[in-house]
Amino acid sequence: MTAAATLAKNRYVPAALGVLSFVVFIALIELLIRVGVINRFIVPMPSDIIAAFPRVIMEEEVLHRFLLTAGEAFSASILVTIFGVAGGVLLHRYNLLRLATETWVAAVAAAPLVLMYPLYLVIFGRSALTIVMMGFTAGLAPIILKTLEGLMGTRRVLINVGRSFNLTRSQQFWKILFPAALPTIFVGLRLGLIFSLINIVGVEFLINFGGLGQLINELAERYDLPGTYAAICFVILVSVCVFIIMERLERWLRPVD
Amino acid sequence: MAAVTVPLGRVDAGAPRVTPAQTGSEQAILVVDDIVKRFETPDGVLTAVDHVSLSVSPGEFVGIIGPSGCGKSTLFNVIGGLLDGYEGTVRVAGERVRGPHASIGMIFQEESTFPWRNVIDNVAFPLEIAGLPKAERYDRARHFVKLVGLDGFERRYPAELSGGMRQRVSMARTLAAQPKILLMDEPFASLDEQTRLLLGDKVLQIQQELKQTTLLITHNITEAVQLSDRILVMTYRPGKVKRMVEIKLPRPRTSEIVSSEAFGRYVAQIWGDLREEAGRGMEDEEARKLREGEHR
Repeated sequence: MTAAATLAKNRYVPAALGVLSFVVFIALIELLIRVGVINRFIVPMPSDIIAAFPRVIMEEEVLHRFLLTAGEAFSASILVTIFGVAGGVLLHRYNLLRLATETWVAAVAAAPLVLMYPLYLVIFGRSALTIVMMGFTAGLAPIILKTLEGLMGTRRVLINVGRSFNLTRSQQFWKILFPAALPTIFVGLRLGLIFSLINIVGVEFLINFGGLGQLINELAERYDLPGTYAAICFVILVSVCVFIIMERLERWLRPVD
Repeated sequence: MAAVTVPLGRVDAGAPRVTPAQTGSEQAILVVDDIVKRFETPDGVLTAVDHVSLSVSPGEFVGIIGPSGCGKSTLFNVIGGLLDGYEGTVRVAGERVRGPHASIGMIFQEESTFPWRNVIDNVAFPLEIAGLPKAERYDRARHFVKLVGLDGFERRYPAELSGGMRQRVSMARTLAAQPKILLMDEPFASLDEQTRLLLGDKVLQIQQELKQTTLLITHNITEAVQLSDRILVMTYRPGKVKRMVEIKLPRPRTSEIVSSEAFGRYVAQIWGDLREEAGRGMEDEEARKLREGEHR
């Protein structure tokens, strides 16, 4: 066995190597900015970004904004999960509905839905509801499509096992189809939630309202680049939180594939 | 452990009772009577199973063998109630059955364990569906896990098991429902020859212990002779009964029997019946490939 293969089996080495790679990358960026290869007026130095954190936290109410964006993301996640999975189940259940709408749903998944924000502003006003609904709209199509794919992709033999045990339609769904489709549904949820979060922060930025997106907008307007990047780090933190919850949920629902 | 019948499905109690004269077998627990199954294909109507009749006595192990495309799996699905739109009747213990039913347990050719359930939960599945309390169903499931030789693996998931072990989990799950008839469709087809022989031993042991009436669909002559009391040889398309061969090898059997002279004679006899059919199947397949090539 090679040394690399031995190290890969160690519990801590891969994680430590990942952190080290990140630190080296940041140090490299710092170095390239200091020697003038990268323009410091376009990309701020990582050390300046780190230095900006206390200021952003203390002066810009970042905790409040973080919770606001996280709350919007959480609300959109709940909505998008309920309606997305239900939509996929409906398309799976009714073949005519699937044939009639699947192409349209796929087209919506690829559309730049963020451009609908003026319409949502008119409908819901300049409020958190507009932002949540934009997140919901953006995340819906991939979840519907992946739920449908997961249900359609359930192996025939598993369905036949259910039939051989004389399962009711409801048992067939909850005991076989749904658990079999879960890994694919979660791929859809991850995709949908990425789209939701991008749109939530994007719309906050565009309409200058609410949480971290608005903060990024304000800091960028002030040309406070280290502060802007520090605020972006908090957006990444929201994303990390959402994904940790998703991962835990998936492991709980389906312990081993 | 006391044998308990778990109600898992429906049997058409309102259907007319079959008299022994109708079945031709006074003792038969399973009577397959004059089954014809046709499929619509782009090339016209294909008769997959053509007037196949069969009766199986309680505790008997019957093999059904034939070349690929002879309608074995179609017959499996008809008897198991997964296919409808056929002519003829299937009766279990004198009662006509339509659709999937509790009397027949099915083991499929493809890997069919639930990957999201561990071994004990897979085996307890039919008992869970039947609404048994958790402690009771786990108790029973453990019995069947032990029966297939997987005790100690109760908390493992299918992904952590070999192909042969997974097939044993499927077998335990089906047996846990305590069906009157066990229907197996090439359950060891994806396994290597040595594992297949050893699992054959396990099937023989279980059959001996439970006196389980079993119908095995296979294309493997060795497997059919090793396990069966009788073997129904089918013709290539349309699938008809070519011959019923009685296997008079002593029981209890083990895989050691494959080296006996009598075993070899049975294999040779069945291959003699099958050779022509397999040849027809191969010619038909080649002709079909040629036609497909011409169409392209």
